[in-house]
Amino acid sequence: MKTVGLDISAIRKEFPTLSRKVNGKPLIYFDNGATAQKPSSVIDRIDQYYRNENANIHRGVHTLSQEATSAYEEARITIQRYLNAKYEHEIIFTKGTTDGINLVAFSFGEMLNEGDEIIISAMEHHSNIVPWQMLCERKKCVLKIIPMDNTGELKLEELDKLLSERTKLVSVTHISNSLGTINDIKTIITKAHNAGAKVLIDGAQSVQHLKVDVQELDCDFYAFSGHKIFGPTGVGVLYGKEEILNEMPPFQGGGDMIKEVTLEKTTYNTLPHKFEAGTPNIVGGIALGTAFEFLNELDMGAVNQYEQELLNYATKQLSKIEGIKFYGQAKNKTSVVSFLIDGTHPYDVGTLLDKLGIAVRTGHHCTQPVMQFYDIPGTIRASFAFYNTFEEVDQMISALERIIPMLKD
Amino acid sequence: MSIEEKEQSIIDEFAIYDDWMDKYEYIIELGKDLPLIDESKKTDDRLIKGCQSRVWLDAEKKSGKMHYSADSDAIITKGIIALLIRVLNEEDPKDIAKAELNFIKEIGLQEHLSPTRSNGLVSMVKQMKMNALKQVS
Ligand SMILES: Cc1ncc(COP(=O)(O)O)c(C=O)c1O
Repeated sequence: MKTVGLDISAIRKEFPTLSRKVNGKPLIYFDNGATAQKPSSVIDRIDQYYRNENANIHRGVHTLSQEATSAYEEARITIQRYLNAKYEHEIIFTKGTTDGINLVAFSFGEMLNEGDEIIISAMEHHSNIVPWQMLCERKKCVLKIIPMDNTGELKLEELDKLLSERTKLVSVTHISNSLGTINDIKTIITKAHNAGAKVLIDGAQSVQHLKVDVQELDCDFYAFSGHKIFGPTGVGVLYGKEEILNEMPPFQGGGDMIKEVTLEKTTYNTLPHKFEAGTPNIVGGIALGTAFEFLNELDMGAVNQYEQELLNYATKQLSKIEGIKFYGQAKNKTSVVSFLIDGTHPYDVGTLLDKLGIAVRTGHHCTQPVMQFYDIPGTIRASFAFYNTFEEVDQMISALERIIPMLKD
Repeated sequence: MSIEEKEQSIIDEFAIYDDWMDKYEYIIELGKDLPLIDESKKTDDRLIKGCQSRVWLDAEKKSGKMHYSADSDAIITKGIIALLIRVLNEEDPKDIAKAELNFIKEIGLQEHLSPTRSNGLVSMVKQMKMNALKQVS
């Protein structure tokens, strides 16, 4: 159970929160799907920015403003290179995945007409459902759903039937946050493109687990959040192909996104500024660049392999618990285990695990339709990052063995 | 007994538990113990949907006093409901409306009454008070 290429104990030292205690016990953080812990480099970068560099960007001739502007724009380039986007102006800074999807739903949505169709899947996060429902209401478009099977895999053969000449956009998640399924997005992208539709990939759960190459994927949009990939909250990225971003009208109006404003008429700035109205989350963008530098230092192949080993080990150990039922058993899965234990409620299990210092997520994970599909109120979800260990998995198992008898009658 | 007196007696009961485990075992027992609501009353109009757990609440006024019954699908939530009902049942609507229910904090269960917990309990307490208020006016 050792992994080449990763020194887990050295990596753990980079993450200060991992050494704290919760309820008197060493923290075991298994809620990485919700948000990831931050390495010291990211924390220090934020600190340094506010201590030394703080200024508004893109609008000052003074030194501080220029330094802040360069740092912000360098972060954009770091991210562009990491994702292998063709141009740096294809990297739009957003508040996060939700913001990125809403941007597309509004701006791309403005170009749609009554009767146009959008396809999402049955395993989407609410943030990749609601913006489309709102768009469909606004523009009288039609929302269609790729169904999934019991193991939590999408039925891609159904996609062929759903695609039509009216399909303008397919918006699916790369990885399901509640089930862990890694979707075959390459096939989805090819099928959609063949039908003349654009594709948005919700990458909220991906960049932290897999190396993402947007040109190789050939997706039209890719949205993710900084906070889930070891960066700060309140910042994220929407990647979009230049050509489509140029065609789209702006999302919000304000400072920075304009070329010239008169009281009669405004001309818009070029990419990426056209989509970045107002003073952005400057420190967030800069520190997100630092998070990408951190990822750059890691061997993502080794990360992926180690996380798979953690997943397999946790699944094997958990399956020894009487009455356990897993949700999400796709062949291709990331390090997420969602489960329920007969005769117990997830809220109770989560509460008692927390008393033992173990942070898991319970509930519907913002994917109520997935819960409706399985007809359950929610699940207990343990989601692992590369800084988690086999020992921590063992401790969760012992904790469950202690808790379950308390809850069952 | 007044609301405050009942709260104090719960605080005294909990004083013997210095370990969280014992405390939660007691809460869980309370949750397992009694059926708190008639099954036929677990209808959608009595349902308070929390993200984490669901709560059913029914309120009646009988000879000037409030009478509550409630349930939850999560047992810890249900145990806390049992305590709340013990404190507020058979009390005057006026007193319920202004009850501060500090005992929850005193016995170290405040986290379950935080809105971020979204287990339905915050809404339930609000609903219990609203029901009482309606009877006052
Ligand atoms: C698959 C998926 N999509 C979208 C989101 C929304 O991300 P955010 O809340 O950071 O905007 C999440 C976060 O949980 C997610 O897991």
